[in-house]
Amino acid sequence: MKYAYYPGCSLSGTGLEYNISTQAVAPLLGIELCELPDWSCCGASSAHLQDHTLALALPARNAALGEEQGLSLAIPCAACLSRSKAAEHAVKTSEDMRAQIESLIDRPYQATYPVKSILEIFIDAGLDTLKENIIKPLTGLKVASYYGCLQARPTDFMDVDDPENPQTIDTIVAALGAEPVSWSHKTECCGNSHPIAYPEVGGPLVNRILEQAEKSGADCIVCACPMCLGNLDMRQKALGKKRGRPFNLPVFYFTQLMGLALNLRPKKLGLKKHFISPIPLLSKKDLLKRIKIKKVKNKPADTPVPASESTETPTPNPDNKKGGPA
Amino acid sequence: MNTVNITSTLAEAQRIRQDLKTKYDADVGKCYQCGKCSAGCPVAFAMDTPPHKVIQLAKLGLYDEMMECHSTWLCATCHTCSARCPREVHPSRIMEGLRIEARNQGSVKVRPLDIFHTKFMKLVGKRGRVYEMALMLGYNLSVGRPLKDAGFAPKMILNKKLSLFPHTTSKARKEVRKIHERYNRMSNTPHPDQTSGGDTP
Amino acid sequence: MKKVGVFVCHCGTNISQTVHCEKLAEAAKTLPGVAFSTEYKYMCSDPGQTMIKEAIAEHGLDRVVVAACSPRMHETTFRKCIDSGGLNPYMLEIANIREQCSWVHSDKDKATAKAGDLVNMAVAKVLKNEQLPSSFIPVHKRALVIGGGIAGIQAALDIADTGYHVDLVEREPSIGGKMAQIDKTFPTMDCSACILTPKMVDASQHPNITIIPYSEVEKVDGYVGNFDVTIRRKASYVDSVKCTGCGLCSEKCPSKKIPSEFECNLGTRPAIYSPFPQAIPNKPVIDRENCRYFKTGKCKICARVCTADAVNFEDQDEMVQIRYGAIVVATGYTLYDHSQYGEYGYGHYKDVISGLEFERLVNASGPTMGKIKRPSDNTEPKNVVFIKCVGSRDKARGHDYCSRACCMYTAKHATMVRDKIKDSQAIIFYMDIRTPGKNYEEFYLRGVEEYGVTYVRGRVSRIYEEGEGENRKLIVQGEDTLLGKQVFVDADMVVLATAMEPQPDAAGFARKIGISYDQNNFFSEAHPKLRPVETLSAGIYLAGACQGPKDIPDTVAQAGAAAAKVVALLSKDEMETEPIVAKVDTDRCSGCGFCIPICPYKAISFTDLTERVHGSVAWGPTGKEVKRQVANVNNGLCQGCGACTVNCRAGALDLLGFTNEQILAEVDSLW
Repeated sequence: MKYAYYPGCSLSGTGLEYNISTQAVAPLLGIELCELPDWSCCGASSAHLQDHTLALALPARNAALGEEQGLSLAIPCAACLSRSKAAEHAVKTSEDMRAQIESLIDRPYQATYPVKSILEIFIDAGLDTLKENIIKPLTGLKVASYYGCLQARPTDFMDVDDPENPQTIDTIVAALGAEPVSWSHKTECCGNSHPIAYPEVGGPLVNRILEQAEKSGADCIVCACPMCLGNLDMRQKALGKKRGRPFNLPVFYFTQLMGLALNLRPKKLGLKKHFISPIPLLSKKDLLKRIKIKKVKNKPADTPVPASESTETPTPNPDNKKGGPA
Repeated sequence: MNTVNITSTLAEAQRIRQDLKTKYDADVGKCYQCGKCSAGCPVAFAMDTPPHKVIQLAKLGLYDEMMECHSTWLCATCHTCSARCPREVHPSRIMEGLRIEARNQGSVKVRPLDIFHTKFMKLVGKRGRVYEMALMLGYNLSVGRPLKDAGFAPKMILNKKLSLFPHTTSKARKEVRKIHERYNRMSNTPHPDQTSGGDTP
Repeated sequence: MKKVGVFVCHCGTNISQTVHCEKLAEAAKTLPGVAFSTEYKYMCSDPGQTMIKEAIAEHGLDRVVVAACSPRMHETTFRKCIDSGGLNPYMLEIANIREQCSWVHSDKDKATAKAGDLVNMAVAKVLKNEQLPSSFIPVHKRALVIGGGIAGIQAALDIADTGYHVDLVEREPSIGGKMAQIDKTFPTMDCSACILTPKMVDASQHPNITIIPYSEVEKVDGYVGNFDVTIRRKASYVDSVKCTGCGLCSEKCPSKKIPSEFECNLGTRPAIYSPFPQAIPNKPVIDRENCRYFKTGKCKICARVCTADAVNFEDQDEMVQIRYGAIVVATGYTLYDHSQYGEYGYGHYKDVISGLEFERLVNASGPTMGKIKRPSDNTEPKNVVFIKCVGSRDKARGHDYCSRACCMYTAKHATMVRDKIKDSQAIIFYMDIRTPGKNYEEFYLRGVEEYGVTYVRGRVSRIYEEGEGENRKLIVQGEDTLLGKQVFVDADMVVLATAMEPQPDAAGFARKIGISYDQNNFFSEAHPKLRPVETLSAGIYLAGACQGPKDIPDTVAQAGAAAAKVVALLSKDEMETEPIVAKVDTDRCSGCGFCIPICPYKAISFTDLTERVHGSVAWGPTGKEVKRQVANVNNGLCQGCGACTVNCRAGALDLLGFTNEQILAEVDSLW
């Protein structure tokens, strides 16, 4: 399946590891992601607090660009996804709003190609395909799946499987061989931009989630949003200090865990870019070592690239890789 | 505690209800004040007026008091209230709407939050994409805490998570600027570049 | 010369504030055929009716138009009125200027103009009305009560006491219904079993009552006075005549761990079981799904230990057909399933239970022998939270309506917690406290004042579990809307007052027996105020919560009322039927048979018509007798719906009282 990949602003900055892990994992599951040319910011959590129409026009532009190519947008960031879905919903339900949006972006936009989250795309690709490709099951890793608000709500246009107890990330986690824990704060809010812009209010929100994840017995948290990860990862140290007992809950993007199980190099997954380093946990669980695969010569690799592969840049298509054991 | 005579405010209540309905697709008239919105609100601990009371102010037509609430500004738009509302009132849309209204009237109740979002939108208007370094620096300078979260910066820069240079394309920049221009013509408000809200580096 | 009288009713201000009644009456005078016209404040009242009767006599009226409310409301009233005024009751037409005019419009001039049109139409129609004769059908003096809960038991007893025979059909192995599961009853706190079981015994011993347990109504044919009902007796695998009810089989049954429906799955039962010790009849049935013999082909222990040789593994479902004059539907309710409620844990938290489950926990004959213990670890809960309106008054998750009984039973539960558990706290989250019954408010206040029950006004947003084993807590996150503060409770157990809702098969059942149901699938009464226990299908009555949520006192009262209606019907040897039925013009009928499948009441069939052919025709000799098939309407079965008339291509079918000619006259009057 081919998608117009919409990374969004965060993924070239704070959410870099989400970007590289997504791009590394997707081709292994037969998903082709072509970056949408000239994409622009969706307005994130800011635009809709300032103007309703503008906040719909900004994401609509990107979806319209995708539509011109005949492609659905593939969106990793939950905030971008939420805004794009909002625009799609508005266009589908109000002729009037569609006309306003189209005149603002100066392009037609019919919402013909549904915008999709990377999570949804991976689920659609089939958990069986994923399982078949797993080389290193994440056995023994207890994972708290954190969805946050934007994957689950608003319920009128986010078609989540279950707004109170979503399962999509959990099913992926389970497919990877890890153990998804059942816990209470899957969809509690991490504070959106509050932890950055208003830490007095944002801090306690992050703290609640971390404490519940800790109580659930999870080794780590996994999420699908750069804003959530930023909040949960960056604020952990300070919040631990504040409560007088450090937190130690590495926070992953689900694509990083997928990459690990698919035997990708930790570096290609950005595993060293976190504030709470996951490396000690992963080595304790013996999940860092790559499994060596014997390669049939003269055949393009359709299995994950071997251990000594040296190139760093994420490659959209592993078939192009000529590298074998050096 | 001040008292209030609601004989004359109920006409205003009708106007507020209609306004919220047409502009934000949320009907305060359906609310039966069960308080489930406030019960589940993650930010309620910091609010001066819990969401159900904001709605009650609307229902009684106490406009000024409603617009004074800091709560609308603190709302994290997590939509928990709307997801669980038994009457389908959509409190989160009401909070969002009231905040937009207040902002349009120039009445900002929680300044740091507004500065953050204004900065954000200004960057979007200018560059088409957001460049986090500029956002954080601009925000810190505006709230007068230049070193806020600065401890994170070195590691982030090292990890290439905080780019020193803006990334965008000229087409994205131009088209988003155009969207803003058209939008401003439509609503007669100036481009975010011309509004106050601090500098962009 | 036809003489029409027009009588315009003000209905107090219901009509007159939107319609100029005087002008309307005045304008009617100019209509062709109208000999008299007047208006009055309440035409249905005694002076109003007298006015009509006097006008008939004085002006020699031979037909009447009443412009008033819906015919569903007062058509019968005015038919009786003109009947006693000396006219055939079907020489009446109602112009509905209330529901179809004044109530739905606001502009008085336009509404008056529309009312004028409605009166025009009624006058045009009444001019074509013909005297319709009533016919009489015999009444079969036996009643059927469907559902053996308190509603059905009460209705059966009340009917049986007047001397008529009643069959009481119950689909479970025992009568008793939900009331048998309840511990105590508000506001008197008498033991539910103590007031219900004697009634169950009365019903079983009453010479005029036959209890048909473990059976379901399959089909209802026929009509008022003569319903032919097919009842399926489900195979129970125990011969109820031979069985002595000794209970040895249940005792020896090796499959004992089956969740008991009666105990709300909090206790267990064997595969051959009677739902509870006081069951009536106290004869066990075999649960085929869970029986070892039926699953593996081996066991038969029950048969071996039975001294009466009552176990019969060859038993089959059996259909019986019985004729009844009247039917009472008392099929009761079920409870909203809170596993739909994600924020309260989807039913996954063992210690979040429903009110009915609480009844079993607190019941002396329940699984915990009346000691309140939380299901997860059988410890005594200290902090118990009650949440009202779960699934009720909740458009988004459940039902719009109020379930009526929950405020009271929650007050009862909380009082019992405080009474039975030392150092306990009972916290009720509520939105409103509704106590509209005799001594109800006092009961609720006693809970607050004497037992120290705490009420917090606000809906709970969510419940989540924390901790393991004995330290397991349910964190209840709510709001005290009066304080404007978020409140948390570390609860040991949470009791949800789940909504009362219709039985899951209510709509299908209603269609099966031919009664109507509302948007919530509760069965519809004929009129919410004036005919609350009747259905729109003559001879079928409603009792209890199948008609809408209600508590025990209301259910018993309604059951009594339904019984009175049944008795009134059965007391007649024959009853008058509505002459508004379809009529076949056999000359026109081509015998195509299209009307037969369209009739929902199976009232039309073919009949042979023999006629002599006159004159010369191409297809046969003249003067010869020929036989042909034509449609024939059974007046007893026909409900006058008119479906056949619109389907008849030859125009041979007409609905008396609504003939094609009458309808077209109405239409023509508008142009």
